[in-house]
Amino acid sequence: MKVGLFVPCYVDMFHPETGIATLELLERFGVSVEYPVDQTCCGQPMTNTGCEREAARTEELFVRNFEKYDYIVTPSGSCTNQVRNNMTAIEQSDAVKHVRSRTYELVEFLHDVLKVDAFPWAEFPHRVALHNNCNTLRNLRIASMTERREEPFSKPKALLKMVKGIEFADLTRPDECCGFGGTFSVFEEGVSAKMGQDKVTDQLKSGAEYVTSSDSSCMMHQEGCARRMGANLKYIHIAQILNGARA
Amino acid sequence: MTAELHEELTDPHADQLDHGAASSRPLKSRISEPQPRGAKIHGNRPVDQSEAANRFMAATEHEAMHDARLWDLRQKRDKEMHGIEEWEELRNLASGIKEHTLSKLDYYLELFEKNATANGIKVHWAKDGAENNAIVLEILRSRGVERLIKSKSMLTEECGFREFMAENNVEVIETDLGERIQQLDDEAPSHVVVPAVHKLRTDVASVFAKTIGSDPDNADAHYLTECQREATRPLILSAQAGMTGGNFVVAETGTFVVCTNEGNADLSANTPPLHIASIGIEKLIPGLDDLAVFIRLLSRSALGSPITQYTSHFRGPRKGSEMHVVLVDNGRSARLGMEKFWPGLKCIRCGACMNTCPVFRRSGGLSYGATYAGPIGLIIDPTFNVHKYRNLPYSSTMNGSCTNVCPVKINIHEQIADWRRTLAGEGEISPVKKVMMKAAGEVLASPVVYRASLPLGRSALRHLPHFMLYNKLNTWGRKRDIPETPKQTFNEWYRKNRKQQDEGKKS
Ligand code: SF4
Repeated sequence: MKVGLFVPCYVDMFHPETGIATLELLERFGVSVEYPVDQTCCGQPMTNTGCEREAARTEELFVRNFEKYDYIVTPSGSCTNQVRNNMTAIEQSDAVKHVRSRTYELVEFLHDVLKVDAFPWAEFPHRVALHNNCNTLRNLRIASMTERREEPFSKPKALLKMVKGIEFADLTRPDECCGFGGTFSVFEEGVSAKMGQDKVTDQLKSGAEYVTSSDSSCMMHQEGCARRMGANLKYIHIAQILNGARA
Repeated sequence: MTAELHEELTDPHADQLDHGAASSRPLKSRISEPQPRGAKIHGNRPVDQSEAANRFMAATEHEAMHDARLWDLRQKRDKEMHGIEEWEELRNLASGIKEHTLSKLDYYLELFEKNATANGIKVHWAKDGAENNAIVLEILRSRGVERLIKSKSMLTEECGFREFMAENNVEVIETDLGERIQQLDDEAPSHVVVPAVHKLRTDVASVFAKTIGSDPDNADAHYLTECQREATRPLILSAQAGMTGGNFVVAETGTFVVCTNEGNADLSANTPPLHIASIGIEKLIPGLDDLAVFIRLLSRSALGSPITQYTSHFRGPRKGSEMHVVLVDNGRSARLGMEKFWPGLKCIRCGACMNTCPVFRRSGGLSYGATYAGPIGLIIDPTFNVHKYRNLPYSSTMNGSCTNVCPVKINIHEQIADWRRTLAGEGEISPVKKVMMKAAGEVLASPVVYRASLPLGRSALRHLPHFMLYNKLNTWGRKRDIPETPKQTFNEWYRKNRKQQDEGKKS
C-alpha cells in the first residue's frame, strides 16, 4: 500500500509537528508513505468562496501530485471534504475520480481502512476536550451529530480511548461550529471571532487542559482566540496524541 | 406559527411547565442597553450583514440573551426529537410529500380551488405581492372596511402589505403579540416564529411606553402583556375584517390550516365577518394524512413543543360571513424552475435552522436586511433580488447544522455553496473577494510561487501568507492572535530529513 501524504498549507506553515506526527504514525503501522514536495493546497479557499474557475489549476496540481498513490491521507477533515465532495472545477477524468475517492482524513484512515486497535506507545494523562471540525462531522460523518436521531458514535473518540491515561472533558455545545469556516474567518471576522471566543469559554468551563481535533484549521482559530483572551488552554492535533506525544 | 415573548416569567411555578416557549429558562435582565437596530438599507446596494451583526454583538446583553434563548429552543427541539423513534423517517416522509406536491403543483392548486369553492371559499390568484395587495384592498374597499386585524404571516411581509394598507388608509392591527411589538416599533420581524426575540423586556417596555402609554420603568412580562391586551382588544373587537396566512393548504378537502400558540389566527379569523387568507402556493399538500406528518414535525422543530397550542382548520365561511383565499406566487414559480434552488420551496417556516445557526444566534435576524433571515434566508432571499442579497450566502460557516435540523430535509448548506458558485459565476461577488481569490488561485497553482509567498522573514505581520492578507486589513489579527511560525515548515523538514530516503527507495 502506497500512501501519499497531503500536508495542508496551515499545517505546513504553522504546525509542522502535526505533519511529522502523521507521517510517523502511518509508518508505525507499516504503511509506505511519501510526501510529494511540490504540493500546495486542495483548492478549498477558492471553492469555499464560490470561485471555481480560480480553483481549477490548484485542483489540477493536486491531482498531478497524488494520482500515483493507492491512498491519499491528510490530517485535515475539511481538506478531505474538499477533495472528496467539492473538487468539481476540473474535468472528472479517471485520475481525478481516483484521487477523489481515495483521499482520507487521518482518523478515518486509521479507523476504517487500517482498522487500528491499539496505540501501545501512546499515553496522555490529561483532561482533553475533543473538537470535531464541522466538515469532518457532518460531511465525512466521523461522529454522530446532536441534531440527528442516530446511534451515538465517534471515530476520533474510539481511537483516543486507546490512549493510556486520557480523560475526556465534556462541552455544553459539543458540536457547535467554532466559527473558523475557511474564508469566513477573514471575510466575516466579527462573528467568526465571537464564535471562537464562545467555543474557548465552553472549553475552559469543561475543565479541559488540552483541546484536540483532527483539524488544524479550527484549532488555529481557537488557539488564536484563546491566546488573545489569556485562556490557559493548550491545543494539540490528534495525530500527535496518537503518535505518543507526551504533552 | 406564532410567537411567545422571550421575557422572563415571574411565575415561580413556570419551571414546572414541560413544553413550549413559556417554560424556557428565565433570562434575567435588569439593564437597559439600547436595542441594536438591523442592517442599513441603501436602495438596491448589497446589504452588509456583517456590519449589522457587529453592532448586534457589541450590544452584549442582547447578543447573550438572543443566543441563549434560541439555543434553548434548539435543545428543547432535540429533546422532542429523541422522544420520537421514527423522527428521521418522519423527515423523509415530509420531504417526500413536499417534493411530490411541488412536482404536481398545478394539479393540486386546481384541486384545491375546486374543493374550496365547493366549500364556499372564494379563491383568488395573485402573481406577485402587488397583485395580492390590490386584491385584498379591493375586497376591503367594496365592503367599506377601515380596520383589519391580522395574524402573523411571512407572506404579507414579502408583499409589503402593512405599508401598502397604511398608504391606502386601512388600519392594520397585528394580533400576534411579538408581531404587534414589532409593528409598534416599526421594525420587521427578526425571526419567522419568534418575531421579537431580539428584544429584551426593557426594549418592549420602552416601545409600549411610547405607543400605548405603559409605565416605562415596568418591564414585567405579565404587566406588559396585560397593557397590550387592554389596548388592543377593543380594536380587535371592532375590526371589520380579519386576515391570516396559512401553514398548510389541503387540496383534497379544500381547506387550510393555521398553527399558532396564542390563538391569534382564530381571533383574526373568527371575530369579524370577513376572513381573508393570503397564502403562498408552495403551502399545498395533498390530503389530511399528509398533514399529520407535518403537524408532528412543525412545533417540535420550532419550539420543542409537541404541537402548537392551536391548530385551526378553516373549512369555509360561517353563516353570514365570507372567506377568501388569495393564492400568491410572488416568485415561487420561477424558483420552482431553478435547478439547484427549488428545494427551498419545501420550507414550512419552522425556524429550526435559525435557532441552530451559530451565525444567526450571534447576529440577530434583522442584520440580514431581508424578509427571511438565517439559513433559509441565505438561500431564498437572492431569488428575490440577486444583487441586493449577494453577500448573504457568505454569512455562513457552512457547518451544515441547519440541513440536519430541517424537518423537510432542505439541503441548506449545499445550496449556500451553490449560491456562492452561482453568484461568483454571474459576477455578483464583492471586489475584495474577487481580487483575493484570483490572487490565491494564482499562487496556489504553482509550487514555486507558493513557496516564495510564504512568510520567510517570520516577522510579526508577515506571519500569514500574503494571499490570505491580500485585503491589507489584518482581519485575522483584530480579535485573534496570529500563530507563531516555527523554525521550519513541514516541507523544509521533509526535504532535509526524508527526501533522500524517498529517492533511495525509488532507485
Ligand atoms: S428551511 Fe427547514 S428548518 Fe429552516 S425554517 Fe424552513 S423548514 Fe424550518
